[in-house]
Amino acid sequence: MRIGVITFPGSLDDVDAARAVRLAGGEPVALWHADDDLAGVDAVVLPGGFSYGDYLRAGAIAARAPMMRIVVDRAREGLPVLGICNGFQVLCEAGLLPGALTRNSHLHFRNRDQGLLVERADTAWTSSYTQDQTIVVPVKNGEGRYVGADADLDRLEGEGRVVVRYVGGNPNGSSRDIAGVTSADGRVVGLMPHPEHAVEDLTGPSTDGLGFFTSVLQGALSA
Amino acid sequence: MPRVVVDVVLKPEISDPQGQAVLGALGRLGHSGVTGVRQGKHFVLDVEGTPDEAELRQIAETLLANPVIEDVELHLETQPGS
Repeated sequence: MRIGVITFPGSLDDVDAARAVRLAGGEPVALWHADDDLAGVDAVVLPGGFSYGDYLRAGAIAARAPMMRIVVDRAREGLPVLGICNGFQVLCEAGLLPGALTRNSHLHFRNRDQGLLVERADTAWTSSYTQDQTIVVPVKNGEGRYVGADADLDRLEGEGRVVVRYVGGNPNGSSRDIAGVTSADGRVVGLMPHPEHAVEDLTGPSTDGLGFFTSVLQGALSA
Repeated sequence: MPRVVVDVVLKPEISDPQGQAVLGALGRLGHSGVTGVRQGKHFVLDVEGTPDEAELRQIAETLLANPVIEDVELHLETQPGS
């Protein structure tokens, strides 16, 4: 299975995301934001970083890149898309996921190992986990506070679209401890923490993050 | 050349930690009369010809502001001295 990783000007974690794809057994395909061809990939990862230096709003300009217009169209047809950190911000700005990411409530960049409760183990990117499993992956952001209007958050929770929630402390003041959400069809997932940094014992706090990448591969096999 | 100013501020229900940090600094400087600060963005657009208000509103609401969290105000200005 070929999984595209889109690099924007200012992306940082595209190499780690590609490495995680490879360790999970997939074939990573490097994609460039200014191109307009998905090269026939079966899924897409939007990596972390600071695309366009976070100018305007984090993810705002990347969300309007030529490649993103294609990703938006294809995601609406069911293409699995995972947005990590800046990638999550891009997905919210592109309108593929609800809500927005804003400046951390304490105004500090927060970098630590973070507990997450997996509340949806049936999305394209989380089927390798079990319902209510707790995992530990790094979190690192300055603008990771998930917000939305209360009515929208109520609807989101009512539809069961919170995929992962912070446990053991909320690193950025996100509403209702929300760390990641999914689209209505469970194919698009965005989260602020970094599963791609927790795929090997040597470098990560755990290997808990690998499940995001094995999930999408398994989904392709069983489809 | 006509000039259009777009002001973007966080919606009232979205907390603004940067504004609160500014408010804290004002308190430390002795400006106790200021009771609230909201930080926003100010865009100045130079526009060729007659500004198309509908188009400018679209620009403001789809790129300059994120309507999920921000409100936007458009001001069409006549440039002084032109």
